[in-house]
Parts: sequence; structure tokens; C-alpha cells
Amino acid sequence: MRNRIILAYTILLALVTISLFALEDNPAKAIMSLLNIGILIVPLVSSIFCTIYLYNSAEFIELLVAQPIRRSRLLWGVYLGMITALLIALLAGIGLPLLLLHPAATSLNLFFISCSLTIVFASLATLSAVLTRDKAKGIGLCLLLWFYFTFIFDGLVLLVLFQFADYPLDTAMIGMSMLNPIDMARIGMLLQLDISAMMGLTGALFQDFFGTGTGFFLIVLVMIVWMAFPILLAVRRFNHKDL
Amino acid sequence: MIRLLLLYILTVTAGAARAAIHLVKAGESIQAAINKAQPGDLIKVYPGTFREKGIQINKPLVLMGVDYPVLDGEKKYEILTITADHVVVQGFELIRSGYSSMNELAAIRIKEAAYVGIRNNRLNENFFGIYCQHARYAFIANNRIVSNGSSELEAGNGIHAWKSDHLVIQQNNITGHRDGIYFEFVTESTIAHNTSHKNIRYGLHFMFSHQDIYTNNTFSENGAGVAVMYSRQVTMYHNRFIDNWGSAAYGILLKEISDSKAAFNEFSRNTAAIYMEGSSRLNIYANRFNQNGYGIRIQASCDNNNISKNNFIANSFDIATNGSLVLNSFDGNYWDKYEGYDLNKDGIGDVPYRPLSLFALIVERNNSSMMLFRSPMVGLLERAEKIMPGITPEQLKDNKPQMKPLPL
Amino acid sequence: MIIATNVQKKFGRLVALDRISLSCNKGQTIALIGPNGSGKTTFIKCLLGMVLPDSGFITINQQNIHQNWQYRQQIGYMPQISRFPDNMRIEQVLDMVRDIRYQPGQQLDEELIEAFELKRQFGKRMRTLSGGTRQKVSACLAFLFNPAILILDEPTAGLDPVASEVLKNKIATEKAKGKLTLITSHVLSDLDDLVSEIIYLQDGKLRFHESVSRLQEKTGEAKLNKVMARIMLQKTAQS
Repeated sequence: MRNRIILAYTILLALVTISLFALEDNPAKAIMSLLNIGILIVPLVSSIFCTIYLYNSAEFIELLVAQPIRRSRLLWGVYLGMITALLIALLAGIGLPLLLLHPAATSLNLFFISCSLTIVFASLATLSAVLTRDKAKGIGLCLLLWFYFTFIFDGLVLLVLFQFADYPLDTAMIGMSMLNPIDMARIGMLLQLDISAMMGLTGALFQDFFGTGTGFFLIVLVMIVWMAFPILLAVRRFNHKDL
Repeated sequence: MIRLLLLYILTVTAGAARAAIHLVKAGESIQAAINKAQPGDLIKVYPGTFREKGIQINKPLVLMGVDYPVLDGEKKYEILTITADHVVVQGFELIRSGYSSMNELAAIRIKEAAYVGIRNNRLNENFFGIYCQHARYAFIANNRIVSNGSSELEAGNGIHAWKSDHLVIQQNNITGHRDGIYFEFVTESTIAHNTSHKNIRYGLHFMFSHQDIYTNNTFSENGAGVAVMYSRQVTMYHNRFIDNWGSAAYGILLKEISDSKAAFNEFSRNTAAIYMEGSSRLNIYANRFNQNGYGIRIQASCDNNNISKNNFIANSFDIATNGSLVLNSFDGNYWDKYEGYDLNKDGIGDVPYRPLSLFALIVERNNSSMMLFRSPMVGLLERAEKIMPGITPEQLKDNKPQMKPLPL
Repeated sequence: MIIATNVQKKFGRLVALDRISLSCNKGQTIALIGPNGSGKTTFIKCLLGMVLPDSGFITINQQNIHQNWQYRQQIGYMPQISRFPDNMRIEQVLDMVRDIRYQPGQQLDEELIEAFELKRQFGKRMRTLSGGTRQKVSACLAFLFNPAILILDEPTAGLDPVASEVLKNKIATEKAKGKLTLITSHVLSDLDDLVSEIIYLQDGKLRFHESVSRLQEKTGEAKLNKVMARIMLQKTAQS
């Protein structure tokens, strides 16, 4: 393990996962709590770890920029290194315990969701670190993004829903949730955990979206866009950045 | 009652030993044999395909297929019509009964007859399967009834009973029909150990049928689950309601039901395990609700129902309702979402549990908001509501929530 | 070897480099001198491609360096402050950079590693090292690949006198091999005997670029800091 933070993160995740299953004789409930870890803590840690790591290695990155190597390759290398470390932490902290304690499709889904959110937020963190020179600003921006995607966005959605309750909003809702990777991940999990409740909703679109593979496929697609877009933008920006 | 019937059929078959035995081989006519036979005779039919344009059984007989001879209705005729008491039909493969939008043509019709046994038959691609019309004391068992109709209009019901009583329907396997088992004005009957799955509409459809019992049946993946409507004194024990999905799919739909019991049933992965409307004095206890969208959707028109000693585990919503008046009791259940404590260690939580979540109400009012389910933001709202109930009905609560799942 | 033509760079309103044109040649050792904020570091960063000029262009060995990275094969760079990932060992850092830029058949120059006796500390993690040791690692990296051009930003700052001497000897050796060395330093006395040319920058402008011998002639001083002091005086007198 390269890094003490990663090690601590791994241990924390493993402890939480194991104790959830140990204290809770009902695995469905433990999965539920773990979902909260997956969509709250994992993106947060991923954001903070990546921004701090990038700012702390700013000088070393400068040194490497002066070497005969493409800047984009350099940033990709750093980025891939960070997500590899985070993903290993997830694998050891959530993946393996789940495999041993509760080997089920929901566990697998939960693990993949955590992984994709890790990558999405590593991308966002890299982008904010590339965009802002100041460390405090960069971390601030990153935390703001996290807070926005976790709480504010959903609050706004709820507000919109009730303001425009008289209009058919199904399509708009699906469209809106695509603007939030955490929502996408959460809905991916809902498709598995709460599909039966989802099927009770009125509206043909919901049926089409949730009842078929379309929904799942769409979520995977949107998540890939969320992973790729910020990091591509960051690389582009980094290529033209004055260090 | 089942034993009595069995005894009865045994006596009939035993009686056949004294009676004449008629053999029908491929190429011969079953109807001719029936016409020739005396009441109480045994007609044995050997393998072959028989395309007779509607066979009438109008005297007490045992019609026995050897190695499943095929009776083909050629999509035009009703295959067997039984109009006499004391008839047994067993061991046939009945296929392709007629289809008509005017007449409800069936593979086997019991018409105004009593003590009829229909056993061990295979029914394939029929419009209606077994049709009981003013039948009494019929015994329908071990039949495999399959259809592959694609719409409600194209397919009839697997076992259809109308104005009948004292029926025993057991160990049948019904799939692909409009309703697996259909009861209208059927009283004092038993439906047991049947499997009704992947039917287009209901696995079991039950109307104006009182004092019936159904036990140990499995209803799964039916278009709309099971509907029990406008009936009294129905007993539902040990049934399994599984995987009934859709916006109008229920484990059981209870509409205008009174004085009935549902106990020891398993409800798994249904959109709504129980949907209750205008029902009163129901005793719903010792059931398992697992991974349903809704455990119980109880409409405000229900009163004096007692929901107790059930296990609610991993349902998206345990309870949903559309009203604020609470006339039903919910005490003594196990709710996996309960977060209370038990200081005196009596196994009962010290603070009441409110099974109706704020979000269930929100979704009830605005379907689209389901997208926000399990969002941390919604979690905050729910927590606030739990601490200070303002929107959910104050009286809807379990005063004695179990700390551990009940051993069911 | 290095030709800069009208290189201009602004950071917001601040003009960091104001149409700098100069050329540096093989075998020269050039001191880049100027007060704080005069544009020395910005110029070096332009050479390294870390800062992209707004206008003008730089060629190194007749190659325009804009949107190019291969030319950095020819440059060894030692930054002012060196920081490395905390958990890496010295050896890992060296290996890492070697992975990035080693080309088959290349002769590695490990003289400095020997001279600084770094091998004994190879297993140490970067976070445990003193600033001086980190500078040593940084210097080793600059010389390791035998580059034709050396760019050293305040190389002796933070080094103890012995190490400082080692480094200066190394610079002299490389000079003798015909390499181009660019050095920025505040401590002018460090550069005596080493430097053949001086580039003086102020407020982003190139004030002069002359050989040390001519300056010594002009001012009649032998020591570099004296030479510079004299020039400063002349300039202020002129304005």
C-alpha cells in the first residue's frame, strides 16, 4: 500500500462493512447502510484524496513536466495511479468482505457503483485541481461539487417536482438524474433493490425505463460519460496550463 | 371433504370392475363407445389422436386414457362436455379446444353435474381449460393446464368455476391462461397445492365466492397477481405469492373482503404484496413480506383490520395509505426498518414504530419522485419526520414492534 | 543552440517576459541574473515548456519547442525547490525518471550519484530527507541522462559547502565537454570561474547579454559580484 491515507481508508471500509454484517442479521439492511457509504463516503474520500494528492505532488509533477514526456501522458499516469489505489482500497475494504459475507448480485452491483463513483469523483477532483492553482480553493471546489451532487441537487429536483406536479415529468426526471452521477449510481441500485416498487409507478416511460435493459444500459453509458468527461477536460486544460 | 371424494371415486372405479370395460383404439370413436356403454362402465382409450367434434358424456362413466391419448378440438369444438353426475375423466391429453368470442368453449366442461372427477390430464393450447358450470362436489386434481395465449381476449381461464359449490381443486399446474383459476359465485370450496404462474391476468381470480379456503398454493409471475373481491369468510393460509410485477400487479388484491383470514403466507418480490380496498375485519397475521415494493397498501376505505405478528423484511415501503384516518391496527409485527431499543429485554421495542414513511406519502402524491428514493437528502427529511411527525398520520403505528423477526 | 525570438508572456496584467530575444550556444555557461520577479524563472519555464509564451517562439537545436516534447531529451533540469512523493525511496524516484526518459544505448552519467554518495541512502523515503539531500537527488536527475543543455535553478541553494563544491566541479566538467549550461543564482560569488556569459533580466526585459570577459574589461573588476555592482551603479547613474 503506497499511502497511509489509502491504508486507513481500506481499514475503515473493511471495518464498516464487516461490522454492518456482524451486527445486522438481516443482510438486506446491511446492504442498505452500505449503499449510503457507497454514495456518500466513497465519493467524498475519492474527491479529497485526489485533490490533496495532486496539490501535494505539484512540484514533483512540475519536475516531470520538464522531462521528455507528453503532459497528457503524465496526467493520465497520475490519474490512473490515484484511481488504482482507491479501487484497490475499495476491493479490499468492500469487495472482498462482501464476497465473503454476502455473495449476491446486489453486493456486486454495490461494489461496481462504489467503483464508478470513485472514478467519477477522481475525475472531478483532477479537474478542479487542474483548474485552480490555489490548494484551498481547489479542495473547496471539490467539496462543493460533492455537496452539490449529494444534497443540493436532489433538493432542487424535489422542489421542481412539486412546483410542476401537474405536468408529466417522467422524461424530465430521467434526464435530470443524468446530470448527477450520484443519482445515476443510486438509481442503478434502485433498479435492483426496489424494482418491484418502481414497477408500481404509473407512467409508461417508467415501465420502459425500469422494466427493460434500457435503463441499465443507459446508466452504464451515462456513468462512463461522467467518468471520462471531466478527466478529458482536465487533460486538455493541463496541456495548455502554465505551471 | 377431500377424503370423502377420494373414497367416492375409488368406489366408482371399484364398481367399474363389476361393470363392463369398453376399449377404444386409435381410429375408433369414443362417442360411440359412450353411447354403447351402460352407466357405471369403464371406457379405456388407447393411444391415438381422436378428432371427434365434441364428446358428450351424459351417463355416469369412467373415461380412462392409457398413455395419454390425444383429444383434439381442432380449434373448433368443445372437446368434452359432462352433463351427468359421477363421471371420472383421467389420463388424457386435451388439445386445441375451439375459440369463440361468443361461447366460452373449454377443453372439459362440467355442466350441471355433481361428483365429477377430472384427474391427471394434460391440457394444452385450449381456450378455456376446465369449466365448471353449476358443478357441485367436483374433484379436479393433478392436471397440467398450459396455454400460450398472448392477450386477455385470446386466452380463457385455466380452471373456470361459476355458480358452483363444494369443489376441490388441487395440485394442478396452470400457466399461460387469462386467469389461472377463476371463481365466481363459488362457495365452500377448497383450492390447495396448486401452482398458477405466468398467467396473463390473475393467478387466482375470486369474486362473490364465500366460505372458501385456499391453502398451499403458489402464485407467481402472473400479470396482476391474485384478486379476491366481493367475498366473505375466505381463508388464505400457507400460500406463496411471488414475483408479481407491474403497475397493477399485486400479491393479493383484496377488494370488498370481510371477515377473512390471511396467515402463514409468503409474499416475495411483488409490486404490492397486499392491496386492500374497502375491506373490513380481516385478520392478517404470521405472514412473511420479503422484498416487495410495498408490503401493504391499505386504502382509507378499510376498517377494523388487524395486521399483526407479520415479518416485514427488505420491502421498499412497508405500508402505504392514501388517507390520514387510521382504523386498523398494526401491533406486534417485526419491521426490519425499526430502529428502537428494548431496555427491559422482553423482545418488544420500547418505542412505537411508524411503518408509514414520509417518502411513501411523497411518492403516493407524486410518482416521479420515486427517482429520489434512498437519496441522502430524502434520508434527512425522513429522519426529521421520524423525530417530529407532521405529515404522516400520528395514529398509524405499531405499539409493540418486535425486536427480532418472528419464527415463521 | 537556444534561440529565443520576441518571447512575450503576461500573467494577467503583469508582463513577465517582454519580447525577449537572445541566443545561447554550445559550450557556454550562462548566468541568468536579475532581481526577484524579473522573469528569470518564467524564462526557464518557457524553455522547458512548462509555461507557454503568448507570442514569439523558442527554438532549441533548430526545433521549435511549441507543442513539442521530444526536445526535452536534450535538457536536464534542476528546479529551485525539489519535492518528491513522500513515500517513494530515492532509488524509486531515480528508476521512475529513468523509465520515463531512458533511451536504449544511452550512456547514463552516474558521476554525481557517486560523488554525493547517494547510493548509501537509496532506501530512504523522500519524506525523511533534508532539503539538501533532496536537492542532491534533483541534481543527479538533471545530469543523469547526459543532456546537451543543463538548466539549473538556484542549484547551490540549500546545499552544504562540500556538496556545493562537488556540484560546481561537475558543472565545470560538463562545460569542458561542450555543454550549454544555464544557471540562475543569487549568490554571485558561487558562479565565479564558472560562468562565461551573463544574461541580465529586469522587469521582464532583457537588459544585457554579454560575455564575462567583456564585462570585466568594461568595469575593470575581476570578481563577478563586483562587476555586477559596478554595472548596477552605472545603470542607475544613467537613468
